[in-house]
Amino acid sequence: MEKIAFQKIYTKISKVTKATCSLIAENAGYEELAFVHKRLAQVVKIIDKEVTLQVFAGTEGIPTNAEVIFLGRPPSLRIGPDLEGRFLNAYGDPIDGGPELTGVETEIGGPSVNPVRREQPSQLISTGISGIDLNNTLVTGQKIPFFANPDQPYNQIMAMLALRTKADKIILGGMGLSNDDYLFFKNTFENAGALERIIAFINTTEDPPVERLMVPDMALAAAEYYATNFNQKVMVLLTDMTLYADVLSIVSNRMEQIPSKDSMPGSLYSDLAKIYEKAVQFPDGGSITIIAVTTLSGGDITHAIPDNTGYITEGQLFLRRDTDVGKVVIDPFRSLSRLKQLVIGKQTREDHPQVMNTAIRLFADAANAKTKQENGFDLTEYDDRTLKFALEYTEQLLAVDENLTINDMLDTGWNLFASHFSKSEVGIRENLLEKYWPNGKESELVNIATESNS
Amino acid sequence: MASKGKVKGIIANLVIVETDEPVAQNEICMILHGEVKLMAEVIKIMGNLVYVQVFESTRGLKVGTSVDFTGKMLEVELGPGILSRNYDGLQNNLDSMEGIFLKRGNYTSPLDENKEWDYKPLVEPGVTVKAGDWLGEVKENQITHKIMVPFSFEGTYIVKTNVSKGRYKITDCIATLENGSDSLQNVTMVQKWPVKIPLKSYKHKPRPFKMLETGVRAIDTLNPITEGGTGFIPGPFGCGKTVLQHAISKQAEADIVVIAACGERANEVVEIFKEFPELEDPRTGNKLMERTTIIANTSNMPVAAREASVYTAMTLAEYYRNMGLKVLLLADSTSRWAQALREMSNRMEELPGQDAFPVDLPVIISNFYSRAGFVELHNGTTGSITFLGTVSPAGGNLKEPVTEGTQKIARCFYALSQQRADSKRYPAIDPIDSYSKYSEYEGVIRYLKENVSDLWLDMVSYTKDILKKGREAQEQINILGDDGVPVHHHILFWKSEVIDFVILQQDAFDPIDQMTPMERQKYMLGKVLNIVKMNFDFEKFEDVSSYFRTVINSLKQMNYSEFQSDQFHRYEDELESLIGEKKVA
Repeated sequence: MEKIAFQKIYTKISKVTKATCSLIAENAGYEELAFVHKRLAQVVKIIDKEVTLQVFAGTEGIPTNAEVIFLGRPPSLRIGPDLEGRFLNAYGDPIDGGPELTGVETEIGGPSVNPVRREQPSQLISTGISGIDLNNTLVTGQKIPFFANPDQPYNQIMAMLALRTKADKIILGGMGLSNDDYLFFKNTFENAGALERIIAFINTTEDPPVERLMVPDMALAAAEYYATNFNQKVMVLLTDMTLYADVLSIVSNRMEQIPSKDSMPGSLYSDLAKIYEKAVQFPDGGSITIIAVTTLSGGDITHAIPDNTGYITEGQLFLRRDTDVGKVVIDPFRSLSRLKQLVIGKQTREDHPQVMNTAIRLFADAANAKTKQENGFDLTEYDDRTLKFALEYTEQLLAVDENLTINDMLDTGWNLFASHFSKSEVGIRENLLEKYWPNGKESELVNIATESNS
Repeated sequence: MASKGKVKGIIANLVIVETDEPVAQNEICMILHGEVKLMAEVIKIMGNLVYVQVFESTRGLKVGTSVDFTGKMLEVELGPGILSRNYDGLQNNLDSMEGIFLKRGNYTSPLDENKEWDYKPLVEPGVTVKAGDWLGEVKENQITHKIMVPFSFEGTYIVKTNVSKGRYKITDCIATLENGSDSLQNVTMVQKWPVKIPLKSYKHKPRPFKMLETGVRAIDTLNPITEGGTGFIPGPFGCGKTVLQHAISKQAEADIVVIAACGERANEVVEIFKEFPELEDPRTGNKLMERTTIIANTSNMPVAAREASVYTAMTLAEYYRNMGLKVLLLADSTSRWAQALREMSNRMEELPGQDAFPVDLPVIISNFYSRAGFVELHNGTTGSITFLGTVSPAGGNLKEPVTEGTQKIARCFYALSQQRADSKRYPAIDPIDSYSKYSEYEGVIRYLKENVSDLWLDMVSYTKDILKKGREAQEQINILGDDGVPVHHHILFWKSEVIDFVILQQDAFDPIDQMTPMERQKYMLGKVLNIVKMNFDFEKFEDVSSYFRTVINSLKQMNYSEFQSDQFHRYEDELESLIGEKKVA
């Protein structure tokens, strides 16, 4: 525990609630840290001489004569090269049995980047997953969450994705992680031989929940260090932001704030934006990309947490189990990468935008056909073809267990078009059709189509 | 003498200041936190306790810190040099700030005081003038920037001197004015104005009548907005609000575009920063940036400054409007502004209204929208502010306070539909739910008849009818099944699909399709309605869809081709022969 020579010790707490305690103290700074009964706390309100402290670990058992020591500084992390490969808790203290950090004490939750100093994100991140690379292409400096129900394997997909992208650093911010999932991440990174690229800040369900409010700021402070000092490409994984927001609502409730939608604090949008907007492409080549997880309750994206997240992030990746092929897929309708326009057809093949859009449109036709089928109506010959297309499209391109290059994905797309549709049905620009339409397939098909019509 | 006070309490960015000296509501004060000064605005006064919202982070701030009141409300500097600038919500020039990260208390001057401008006087000494009247002009980028009698001057003045043609800095005295008893007043090219007070130096505000072309078919053809009109675009996330607003900002027929990026993503602003200096204004051929000013308060920048940012943007727009210019003001998103109001109202422990928003939210929104409009200036020329705001309704549900409050005042409503967005039918403007009240204005009707076509309004209302009937037919087909309805229903549905695919849907990223001038819109709507009005005969419903798909394909290829080019005509011929095949006399 830190000690400063002339620090004053207070021993008279006047109010204690479930999360906070108040006392009369002088010279406290806003957002300054303090120890209350040896537990870390932060100043959240000052009215005249009365200072209110939020105790991260909870106030259970704190007596009114507990020792209160102010540290004279806001939350910080010791940042330096020895962060690499370390597993730390929400305060930045080691939990991997390794030595204490020795870096420079650096304030977390620091200022934001001047928007005119940002670069436009422009480097494609390839993941090998078609649901991402083909339909929702990611770019360095982007922020995007997985929207997933709690039963879906989002942590596994996120770990796989992070390892495949060859980022210089992967920083994991685990909030309310189950101990099993924590060990999963640790083992996966170890087995991939990637430990020296990893830094993890972990708050598990066994730790006090309020502590997890520090995790994103810790992770992003470390990310900024590597991205600005070493111009590295840093990927930050935040899981699970829903559990983070849940704690925001608990804290605001205990601070007696008026709740807005879904009993979330009125400042939820700003609170989340402060985190996600740390994603940035720096002019000198360094970047921070944020991949987060927002778990949903029963797929409901209108709940305040996913809703506010969707307005902040640059798209979302929606995970869904497809019952037709029995695999987890990235839903093409509800997923979106807002930054894909910056790279598709530019850093990827020219036909990328049109192949992507056409496939999704045909998939939508299939969804309509499916509704018809479920309602017991006869299907047209075109409907039948869309359904066949949809099944193959789901299996070959939407499922998350594939690992393809983007050109392979595009070729697969053309093959699927040609084996189920005629050129005029796909409605793609003619110059692209001439160049990429697999030869010989169309005539055959049109014949089949005309035969079945007659 | 300005008042002084001391910090008494801190709750996030709400600071309570104790003072015995006079202060005014909305007065600006500076909190002297060590080396840095933190700017704040008075939002409530309770006896000797003054509640201020700080435009910066309050981290580390202590009770007892000195506070200096400025005696002024939040003001912007108005003068040549505003165009092409990137400001934050308080009009600090973002480009002249040092370092990659924003530093707290770093306030930079909005205008360049060393730059010299070619001034040309417009009035002779002896002329009587009042606030807002033009004294002279300078060339700012491609526009003629008028130097006006300061808006704060009350009553009439006589011009005593007005400098001759030459190069002057904005702070040089260019004219002297006299009103009766007072001594001479010096006038420079720069003046200040408090952002929360509307600029009203004009003769009157007539009803808007002139259509403002945006190049977006779903707006211009179906629900046009006018010069001086107001509109809003509500939609759930992912429906293309920002893409639509960017398209409008690039293409609209305006002299000046002010963009208030209010609490939205920084990367979206970066896109404008990077693209606008490169892209050309399709009408003048100048770079888009030359006519644009950006007010960027992105979502991670301080919340209180977010509230100020929309007012800053509006005041800059009003300034240019008073030069007789057509100004387009875009705010993305007004919901973030409302949320900033909510956060403060919450910290002040006010009794909340619906969804914890302040009770007076609809009034605040309505006052703000009312600052837009088409005006006639004292000298008989006209100017306008067309305002388009986006709204981000929570959960996409339009029954929420910001949407409802905006609906009461905005005249155009462009509802973005999740369903259209899901099936990638962009722009996702719902053709049936959206409306433009201007279509009912007599002046607008006359304008459209004279400038587009005599039959235009009939064509548009026919188009809307078909869209409606098509939707009904589709519902019937969904309920009764493809073969449960007469073939006629399928034809009707597919006719509405032709309108949807060819007129409503537009590729914002295609160099040709992204912008459709009115002449081309008229041509294409005529083309499409010709098909819609035709009688077709199909034996089986299966044939209907495949036939219309080919028709749509030809029409879409036309949309992708240069207007009236060979390629365009080739697809047109292809279309004609397709229609010839199936046409029934």
